[in-house]
Amino acid sequence: MIQGLNKHFESRIRLGVMSVLMVNDWVDFNTMKELLSLTDGNLASHIKALEKNEYIEIRKAFVGKKPKTTYNATKLGRTAFKNHLSALEKFLNR
Amino acid sequence: MDTKQHLENLNEIKQIMNRSTRFLSLSGLSGIIAGISALVGAALGYIVLNKGSYISGVTYFNSKVLLDVNSIIFYQLLFIGVGVLCSALFFGFYFTYRKAKKEDQTIWNKASKKMLLNLAVPLLVGGVFSLILIRYNLFGLVAPVTLIFYGLACVNASHHTHSEIGGIGYFNILLGLLNAYFIGYGILFWTLGFGVLHIIYGTLMYLKYDRK
Repeated sequence: MIQGLNKHFESRIRLGVMSVLMVNDWVDFNTMKELLSLTDGNLASHIKALEKNEYIEIRKAFVGKKPKTTYNATKLGRTAFKNHLSALEKFLNR
Repeated sequence: MDTKQHLENLNEIKQIMNRSTRFLSLSGLSGIIAGISALVGAALGYIVLNKGSYISGVTYFNSKVLLDVNSIIFYQLLFIGVGVLCSALFFGFYFTYRKAKKEDQTIWNKASKKMLLNLAVPLLVGGVFSLILIRYNLFGLVAPVTLIFYGLACVNASHHTHSEIGGIGYFNILLGLLNAYFIGYGILFWTLGFGVLHIIYGTLMYLKYDRK
């Protein structure tokens, strides 16, 4: 086990979601799906997990009659992700 | 998870961050074709002005004599300008569309919208400003103003596409400022800025990103 790694970021999909949200504010579900080339169910469960940890926040709004859900990284999530990345880099640069 | 897997994950993270903020399907060929269109346009403009100079008194490098807005030469130049714009836009769109399709990407996404918005704001301001200059017969300043604002637009848009676009931007701003000092050589600076620069950077981008 590498020291400092966050077990919540072990899945590649969660890494992908966080990567997108680190450099973009409020990304909607479909854009996220397209960016990560994923299917609905796959992405939804991982997003739920990240939300449960309060790493991302969710905003629901209506565009016309269609509901649109967008996601944003929280301060907690950004810090956790940064720590995870630096732990990874430290491990690889050993 | 082993070291190799971690390394792959880190690389993927970088790729996703880039892909989600930058429009990377922009083709170098689009730049080259825009440059060639500009050079052809400048050559045609030269021919039109040279042939008509004994009637209008307007030559290629003389900004002192005003061109009559109702003359045939004015419409010929306008036609050339619109032609250059259409050719650059049409082929520019085509090559970028082709590259995006090859890479299994869309051309209308978050990154491309950001790039276009960043490009459009300085471009529109520059366009309106140029029209105001024409309204007051300040023709000599139109070329430098278009170069400067196009340069600013490129610098602005470069944060959302290949960084080479920033290079086109900085050089165009420089050419625009030089042209503002040497008023009357507008078409020469235009040829350098919109023609030569696009071909150089288009080729650089083509060699670096497109040729695989």
